[in-house]
Amino acid sequence: MNKAGERLFNGLVKENPTFVLMLGMCPTLAVTTSAVNGLGMGLTTTVVLALSNVIISLMRNIIPDKVRIPAFIVVIATFVTLVELLLEGYLPSLYEALGIYIPLIVVNCIILGRAESYASKNPVIPSLFDGLGMGLGFSVALTMIGALREVLGAGEIFGYRVLPASYVPFSIFVLAPGAFFVLACLTAIQNAVKLWGEKKGRDMSKIQSGCGNDCTTCGHSKEAACIKNEQEEK
Amino acid sequence: MDIRQLILIIIGSSLVSNVVLSQFLGLCPFLGVSKKVETAAGMGGAVIFVITLASAVTGVIYNFILEPFHITYLQTIVFILVIAALVQFVEMFLKKFMAGLYQALGVYLPLITTNCAVLGVALNNVKYDYDILTGIVNGFATALGFAIAIIILAGIREKIEDNDIPLPFKGMPIVLITAGLMAIAFCGFSGLL
Repeated sequence: MNKAGERLFNGLVKENPTFVLMLGMCPTLAVTTSAVNGLGMGLTTTVVLALSNVIISLMRNIIPDKVRIPAFIVVIATFVTLVELLLEGYLPSLYEALGIYIPLIVVNCIILGRAESYASKNPVIPSLFDGLGMGLGFSVALTMIGALREVLGAGEIFGYRVLPASYVPFSIFVLAPGAFFVLACLTAIQNAVKLWGEKKGRDMSKIQSGCGNDCTTCGHSKEAACIKNEQEEK
Repeated sequence: MDIRQLILIIIGSSLVSNVVLSQFLGLCPFLGVSKKVETAAGMGGAVIFVITLASAVTGVIYNFILEPFHITYLQTIVFILVIAALVQFVEMFLKKFMAGLYQALGVYLPLITTNCAVLGVALNNVKYDYDILTGIVNGFATALGFAIAIIILAGIREKIEDNDIPLPFKGMPIVLITAGLMAIAFCGFSGLL
């Protein structure tokens, strides 16, 4: 069971998908207008991630290598559809708030990335916990960003007032531009930590500088980026 | 078909609810391929081409296959597979028959498969009950908004290239702040409708 704990810790802290790997930025920016939405999106993604990791791990010896990416996408899309229908039926308010970003979980690079780099090579139990760990890491990050934006933008957390009524909210933080500013500060903090670590002589190569660099971190577009580089060399 | 409604959709999708700056779709290529105006324009062109085509194909599939057979709940699975196949097919077709266009757009095509804007437009067309033609117009306008945003960002990035930026803010953070300021500017368009 030690392996399971290690996987959970890995996803939550060591390779946190948002703060360390900087994956899945589209939903991170779009739905974190409040802590509740961030938590809802995080948990929805966790369910899809854990279940698709289990199925992909079970089928890892059956799926031919050449068609693995489409096969992964079909598995992921199936679970996304299931979760979407369940949310529509049982949590209509969350379904309304997340809207189009629920079906777009299919193209979240965290899920395809974990399927490709972990679940397709490891047994079922570690894959399940890898999915849970990564998903929880994503949920924690999204909830924190959502709470930060909600406090600054509305003076509330989870809908409860935490700042005095005399506080004038920066409503820009719950609007679209605020998402970019919050992410910019987060990335800057991450860069500062990286610079500080390198100064001390530690290996910081694991910390990625974001989806933005060349998209190589996003699942199978890695191949695409390589193709592009090859073509540029020619 | 009401021309006024189409014009409203074009303004709304390209400027007011801009796909990157207010819906956060397609951030990867927006941040990744915006170092030079030239490559940004190439990416913008490729995105316009693919999204317009994809909204036509998904519109036809939704209206003539999914709806008559009452299997609209399969839309997510069907759309993502169709889009992935379509991008591959377009790439092969251009390589074989239109070498000039392939030279200009080809290198960006593989990068678009995972662009969530393509799937996002297809899903939006269904969500707002657009018919096929309106869907195509909406797809084109959304992609046009993407092209406008990425070309502006690339222009600004070329200017700030040599500026003296605090070390931790070098690279991505300053680009994100630029994007945030652009988003504020685009908020101004909301008065148009």
